[in-house]
Amino acid sequence: MDAENLVKMANQIGEFFAAFPDRAEALDGIAGHIRKFWAPRMREQLLAFVDASGAAAGLSPIVSEALSVHRQRFEERAA
Amino acid sequence: MTTHHDIDYGTPARRSEDLVTLEIDGMPVSVPAGTSLMRAAAEAGVMVPKLCATDSLEPFGSCRLCLVEIEGRKGFPASCTTPVAKGMVVHTQTDRLQELRRGVMELYISDHPLDCLTCSANGDCELQTQAGVVGLREVRYGFKGANHLESEKDESNPYFSYDPSKCIVCNRCVRACEETQGTFALTISGRGFESRVSPGQDEPFMQSECVSCGACVQACPTATLQEKTVIERGQPEHSVITTCAYCGVGCSFKAEMKGNEVVRMTPWKDGGANEGHSCVKGRFAWGYATHKDRITKPMIRAKITDPWREVSWDEAINHAASEFRRLQAQYGRDSIGGITSSRCTNEETYLVQKLVRAAFGNNNVDTCARVCHSPTGYGLGQSYGTSAGTQTFKSVEHTDVVMVIGANPTDAHPVFASRMKRRLREGARLIVVDPRAIDLVDSPHVKADFHLALRPGTNVAMVSALAHVIVTEGLVDEAYVAERCDPTSYAQWREFVSRPDNSPEALEAELGVPAEQVRGAARLYATGGNAAIYYGLGVTEHAQGSTTVMGIANLAMCTGNVGREGVGVNPLRGQNNVQGSCDMGSFPHEFPGYRHVSDSTVRASFEAAWGVELQAEPGLRIPNMFEASLAGSFKGLYCQGEDIVQSDPNTQHVSAALEAMECIVVQDIFLNETAKYAHVFLPGSSFLEKDGTFTNAERRISLVRQVMPPLAGFADWEATCKLANALGYPMNYAHPREIMDEIALLTPTFSGVSFAKIEAMGSVQWPCNDDAPDGTPIMHVDHFVRGKGRFLPTQYVPSTEKVTRKFPLLLTTGRILSQYNVGAQTRRTPNNQWHSEDVLEIHAHDAEERGIRDGDWVGIESRAGDTVLRARISERMQPGVVYTTFHFPESGANVITTDNSDWATNCPEYKVTAVQVARVLQPSTWQREYQRFNEQQEELLNHGR
Repeated sequence: MDAENLVKMANQIGEFFAAFPDRAEALDGIAGHIRKFWAPRMREQLLAFVDASGAAAGLSPIVSEALSVHRQRFEERAA
Repeated sequence: MTTHHDIDYGTPARRSEDLVTLEIDGMPVSVPAGTSLMRAAAEAGVMVPKLCATDSLEPFGSCRLCLVEIEGRKGFPASCTTPVAKGMVVHTQTDRLQELRRGVMELYISDHPLDCLTCSANGDCELQTQAGVVGLREVRYGFKGANHLESEKDESNPYFSYDPSKCIVCNRCVRACEETQGTFALTISGRGFESRVSPGQDEPFMQSECVSCGACVQACPTATLQEKTVIERGQPEHSVITTCAYCGVGCSFKAEMKGNEVVRMTPWKDGGANEGHSCVKGRFAWGYATHKDRITKPMIRAKITDPWREVSWDEAINHAASEFRRLQAQYGRDSIGGITSSRCTNEETYLVQKLVRAAFGNNNVDTCARVCHSPTGYGLGQSYGTSAGTQTFKSVEHTDVVMVIGANPTDAHPVFASRMKRRLREGARLIVVDPRAIDLVDSPHVKADFHLALRPGTNVAMVSALAHVIVTEGLVDEAYVAERCDPTSYAQWREFVSRPDNSPEALEAELGVPAEQVRGAARLYATGGNAAIYYGLGVTEHAQGSTTVMGIANLAMCTGNVGREGVGVNPLRGQNNVQGSCDMGSFPHEFPGYRHVSDSTVRASFEAAWGVELQAEPGLRIPNMFEASLAGSFKGLYCQGEDIVQSDPNTQHVSAALEAMECIVVQDIFLNETAKYAHVFLPGSSFLEKDGTFTNAERRISLVRQVMPPLAGFADWEATCKLANALGYPMNYAHPREIMDEIALLTPTFSGVSFAKIEAMGSVQWPCNDDAPDGTPIMHVDHFVRGKGRFLPTQYVPSTEKVTRKFPLLLTTGRILSQYNVGAQTRRTPNNQWHSEDVLEIHAHDAEERGIRDGDWVGIESRAGDTVLRARISERMQPGVVYTTFHFPESGANVITTDNSDWATNCPEYKVTAVQVARVLQPSTWQREYQRFNEQQEELLNHGR
């Protein structure tokens, strides 16, 4: 998968939830959306790319924060 | 064999709670006030002779055949135009009436060809029938006087003939064009003896404004307007009620048959979606089903550069299964997937997703709704709790304000558009939000109160601006919101839209629409009475498609316009079974009935029924499959009834992804563009060749009935069963009704649905269960499905597809009336006579700036690719915006569109592509390569057949 495209998609999700006045709800929304709609290989690749690239990955601040706060939801894989 | 003979009551039914009792031919009859004597008699079983009356049209009173006698009244009033009155005593059969009717008929026949035995309407001619009814035995005037017998026929329309010599000037065709279709293409030209039906200004049909909907042909009582297939093949001997396989209106049709041959398709008057109306596609463009291009034998090949080889079904199926298992063994269980089609039945899409989940063992299943209405599913699910429109089509009869956003109903949903236009002619107000001046903006007797011609890509700004006006001007239905909606989300949304940066004035430059127009439209929507929103792909196919859907849901909630007749949020679905394919669990994250795969209770119910363990993680969506293929982790695809190469954006990206796969199995009726990249071809079956159900945009489930055997021997659902069995997963059904029984067993919103119920009711709208045994015409009546309606913020984010000096224009794409989506069906019909190539519509200013004249070849270049089309200078366009359709593969419309997609669903942003346009002299590089590739593939096909 194209990691840069995954970052772009994640940032688009972040732009929607950024409008929520409750920051915690917004972060939960971002993590929940990606958990609910992205196949595991997409989540894994996003994480790997961000871990490898750090700030250079290009994640927006709110998505970075969501990933940081809810990292387990990005990582976990249902049995 | 059954033949469905409709009873023609002569005049339309009237709605009234007041029943009027009268006596007709000695029988007491009670009917609603306002009913005509003709209809009252027909309801009592007394058929009054008639010619100019038919129950789809308002009474006209011209033929004078339906005269009756009423005790206490002088003369002989026409029963079609005379309403019932309490205590009336009516006689429909007296000697005097018989004499009068015979005299009238004698005059008609004196100027009518006496060629009944060789006439194409023989056996289905109302004039012939009524001549018999009135007992005409002679024509005293002879046939040597002035007459119209030598009048020239108009054969210009490919589907029907106009023979003026047989016209009795009953006006039914003219009235059908006005009342039923709303096009006003026909008139009666001349006066007295010279009176004749005339399309436009005495033009041939094909040169007039006629849209070939067939309403005039349907209404004609003689052979004046006659289907050419009936002229060629004769009268049908039996008929079967079925459902159209074109757009999301889902019209019911009578397939009128001679053995296994369709003679004609006529709209069924009892069809809930269309009530007897049709469009050029459903009514006439069905010949593709037996087109010579149909492939009826399974084929396989190792590489796409190899010739196809015809093989037996068993060999093709076993080869496909073996390849899929090889790929899974080599690359992992998740390395393959499937795509269901909105053109196939509910039962077929259900089986494909079942095959993927149960036999492939993953959730890599998606559907073509991904590229059209997936944002509707997401957005309405978030706001209201269910992924569907709220109304029936008929609901528009109670609407006072219609708002059409990003939809072009007269072209893409024409039968519903006719209903809508009828209501607009009755006085409903109209707001159109669209970059183009679509037909609805200004057409005969319909004119939009507001046309908000916004810049492509600014829908979210528009819905926020409309909401801003409603909130800040105190137009919110606060009582409704307090009772029906979530207060916290409402408060947050209210604060959000009230911000000055969401005002029409602040957004005026971005929208390109004067603020006062936005304010006027918002006021009209909020205060004009019952207000209904109808929207289409101009809403969903954007980077913020889901956000706009939620914005629309917000508008309807805050004005109290959800949960009753005449209001609501109505997504106009593009294909016949978009709603159904979504309902059937075609998305990779959810089971049938929109339940997430991670829900262990739901999953357990499917595991118990299907006898396998199912994955709890979402699978890949179509664009994700392409990405994964290019990355090497997705290797095989089962694609049923869908042409992703032509319909999905960024064609070169799609074809590269397909070329990177090792096994593509395409199941289709033609060798479509995707099949040219396939390794296994399974011949599909058209809607005429199988049983099943379609679910239209109203959530209406209708039966598709087989009228001829599958040309390839098996219906699509049978082929899927074979593939599952070959994969080692048992899948055995005797009939699609058994598949629906399984769907009902596992899906709460379908638990009351069965073929028997649909048969009995004609159609049924889901939810249909113990709470709603007869279905649910209107959703969210007392409360929203999710409980309280949820307001969501709609922050406008400009598209990344920006205009620059290099790409200064915005391209948007859409459909045209005569063609349908990728054109695989309609391109193989005479519909090409209306639209034989995709063209680029461009504003005169933009054309002049580039030295482009109407008809010139122009190159269109975007960041994704380039193609060449012919230019059409069009007043529909605003400066800076160009438009094309995508019905012809050689056009390469999707070579230009980009990979941008909706944030929530990955629905492509087809509607916003920055381009440059310039005059050119030859096809693009892609088009030349396409031509070479296409010729090669046709050669490989012919080599193997």
